[in-house]
Amino acid sequence: MKRAFPILAVLTAVLLSYALYEALVVAPTDALQGDVYRIIYYHVPSAWTMFVFFAINFVASVVYLIKRNLKADAVAVSAAEIGVVFCTVVLVTGPIWARPVWGIWWTWDVRLTSTLVLWLIYVSYLTLRRFASGGNMPVLAAALAIFGALDMPLVYFSIWFFRTQHPQPVVGDGGSIDPRMFQVWLINWAAFLCFGMLVFWSRYRLEVTRRDVEQIQAMQSLAEPTRTSGALR
Amino acid sequence: MTYLYAAYAATWIIHIGYLATLYLRYSRLRDEMQELKKKR
Repeated sequence: MKRAFPILAVLTAVLLSYALYEALVVAPTDALQGDVYRIIYYHVPSAWTMFVFFAINFVASVVYLIKRNLKADAVAVSAAEIGVVFCTVVLVTGPIWARPVWGIWWTWDVRLTSTLVLWLIYVSYLTLRRFASGGNMPVLAAALAIFGALDMPLVYFSIWFFRTQHPQPVVGDGGSIDPRMFQVWLINWAAFLCFGMLVFWSRYRLEVTRRDVEQIQAMQSLAEPTRTSGALR
Repeated sequence: MTYLYAAYAATWIIHIGYLATLYLRYSRLRDEMQELKKKR
């Protein structure tokens, strides 16, 4: 992966540029919303990528709780961070689309509120990981991640189960999206997923290196008093 | 179009900002590793 990384990074950059061209130039203009609808090519793929990373965090947290596997814990924290970044994109681009279309930046409907709650849960998870210490911290974080994952179905299905201001699904069952728009949407999702995976890999390597450094520091601090006591003798 | 460009720009500001934090954390870690090597 280390050798392939630069090639994959260049390919992802090309794919992202192509996806941007498709979103801004190739995709047809919406008859009702005009060009502002093109925000969905960043908003919706970011939301789907967010779900992928929070799902990875959920699976890794369960694996960590069962097997106490440190790699799973590193995967969990890396995935949560990338998920929060994509969730932030969703929460920022959504209101920018809503202002010209709905006339308001924000409304407390179920989809929007549950997404904000999801963001807050994973920000709490990352805060816990950053500032808490002790052997139980990864266990507590994994438990919090599992509770956080319970919010994901609520976010996803809220537009089916509740009457919401948020638009009904345009992709999948009951969707009525133009096939050309759907194709552009898929290209953008593929591009953001590739980008997310590359960033995730970098974050995972960083986490592994950080743990190695901490381990070496702990070993050295254990060895230093021995040296001192040896010198005193 | 202003809202469209604002949304696209905001997306990349968030991603590039996050990549910058990753780079800073990696640089700090690399410095710590070099110090540890010197101590050895």
